[in-house]
Amino acid sequence: MASCRRAAGMGKVPDVADENTTFGSGAAVPRVVIVDDHRLFRSGVRGELGDAVDVIGEAGDVDSAVHVITEHPPDIVLLDVHLPGGGGVEVLRRVLASQPEIKFLALSVSDAAEDVIGVVRGGARGYVTKTISGKELADAIVRVADGDAVFSPRLAGFVLDAFAATDSPPMDPELDRLTQREREVLRLIARGYAYKEVGKELFISVKTVETHVSSVLRKLQLSNRHELSRWASARKLF
Amino acid sequence: MTETAADTPRYHRVRDGRVIAGVGGGLAEHLGIPAIVPRLAFVALGFAGIGIVIYAVFWYFAPPAPTATPDSGEREQPRRDLRRSFGYIALAGVVVLLFLVFGWMLDPVIWFLMFGALGAATLWRQANPTLRDELVATRPLYSTKGWLRTGFGVLLILIGVIGFLTFQDQLAEARAGLTFALTLIVGIALTAAPWIVVLVRERGRERRERIRNQERAELAAHIHDSVLHTLTLIQRRCDDPREVQRLARVQERALRSWLYQRPADADTTVKPALERVAAEVEESHGVPIEVVCVGDGPIDDGIRAQLRASREAMVNASKYSGAENISVFGEVEPEEVLVFVRDRGEGFDIDAVPDDRMGVRGSIRGRMERHGGEARIRTAPGEGTEVQLRMPRATRQE
Repeated sequence: MASCRRAAGMGKVPDVADENTTFGSGAAVPRVVIVDDHRLFRSGVRGELGDAVDVIGEAGDVDSAVHVITEHPPDIVLLDVHLPGGGGVEVLRRVLASQPEIKFLALSVSDAAEDVIGVVRGGARGYVTKTISGKELADAIVRVADGDAVFSPRLAGFVLDAFAATDSPPMDPELDRLTQREREVLRLIARGYAYKEVGKELFISVKTVETHVSSVLRKLQLSNRHELSRWASARKLF
Repeated sequence: MTETAADTPRYHRVRDGRVIAGVGGGLAEHLGIPAIVPRLAFVALGFAGIGIVIYAVFWYFAPPAPTATPDSGEREQPRRDLRRSFGYIALAGVVVLLFLVFGWMLDPVIWFLMFGALGAATLWRQANPTLRDELVATRPLYSTKGWLRTGFGVLLILIGVIGFLTFQDQLAEARAGLTFALTLIVGIALTAAPWIVVLVRERGRERRERIRNQERAELAAHIHDSVLHTLTLIQRRCDDPREVQRLARVQERALRSWLYQRPADADTTVKPALERVAAEVEESHGVPIEVVCVGDGPIDDGIRAQLRASREAMVNASKYSGAENISVFGEVEPEEVLVFVRDRGEGFDIDAVPDDRMGVRGSIRGRMERHGGEARIRTAPGEGTEVQLRMPRATRQE
């Protein structure tokens, strides 16, 4: 599928080293594989990202995605949640089994809770909706490539809802509860604050904010409290 | 009894212009013949004795014509059913008594004719076209009671026919004919059975097909009214990116809620209400508003005021901030409800706002404070604005 690479670079070139991002360098552009079953959307994302990233491959279904990713391992995979052949979760399962170092950022048109929670629990390090601007997407990619998690306001809201205090005692207090600080960070993200603004608000460094978010992500992925799955499946019934 | 349409009136005794009990008039109305015909027939048969009996049967079975107030009759329904059951038993008793006392006086043939008439009347009532319409919707024919009544009618007719033939000493002669007729009927039933089964299945299939078509038509209508309409508008307005974006957002939201959500009860809980407020502001001002709401709960007066204040904050942000999008975060806690409306727009100097500007002071602060809540506004030129609204809940519950 690498043959379908096309000349990118149309559209605006976002400045990754802009003061809003938390990275100084932005020198090493992350290598990216785009997995989405809509060809038009893939070329659109390519165009919007421009030179901010190096798109080394594209795929339109689960099998070709696994093939492309294992053939030329990228830093980060932009993964559509709804894919023919098992969905994004299936790509995560098959790739992470052999190459756990590859990072995934999920992209979807849907903000349905079960999609978000499903793909994050499957191993994605972030979730953004397709309405995201090119610049924000480039920011998110760089952030995930650096090992951090990307939480959109909506995802933060879902997590707060899912971890909301319930009457049943947690099975594993370490994993099944958010700390006060983590809740504060998530609340601010849900209010639309960028990581930098969250840090300023709470008088902590951006790095600390990122640590809290990564810790929440870990809890989300590892916690097997049944409220989480019950909550997600209850939302599915909509 | 295959009158097709329901326009044959259900048999009633007439109320107006009756001679004795309205039996003859009702029969004439039901069959669509002049009233004189049944009346003469009853008189003629009356001389033979049977006419009187038949008249009595009709009198008993036929309900009087309905009056203009049907609902009172409906309320009486259960009681009337009970009374009617007693009536059946009483009638049977009287008939048996008459049979025992006067049986020797009358030609037995008349008694069997009476049985036949009684059975026919029962069946006639059962298969009345208007009644049939009712049973499609409700029950009788398929209910135990319906079957019982039909069986009862058939039994009476059989007794009547066989008794009549026996007493006319024609049974022996008729046996061959009867056997033939019975065989014929069974044969026809066997021949027709598969066809009837197919007919019933066909009807079920048609019904499902019709439902499916209805659903398809509904979907097509929805797509047509919403999506196609918006796409046309977008093509026309393609020179105005803001308007195009607004149209696309509106359509997206409509489609999403149509696909994924139950019809939202926007008036009962906080979350759908907040989402609806945002959707309305977005629709009228064209700036995308993203709503995240954690938790949910019932709306009280204070929260209603808070929702109005949030609307005002969103409108202000849309109109004056110049921001590309607005974030709204709602959090429903056991004791209070928090709403944050945030934009990354120009911001303003809050002390420089003149006192006569009603927007912030009246619509937001005043509204919140009157209901025991509080409003805080964080802003500075160049730093965007965040309106924080806090309202205690009147009903403290989970």
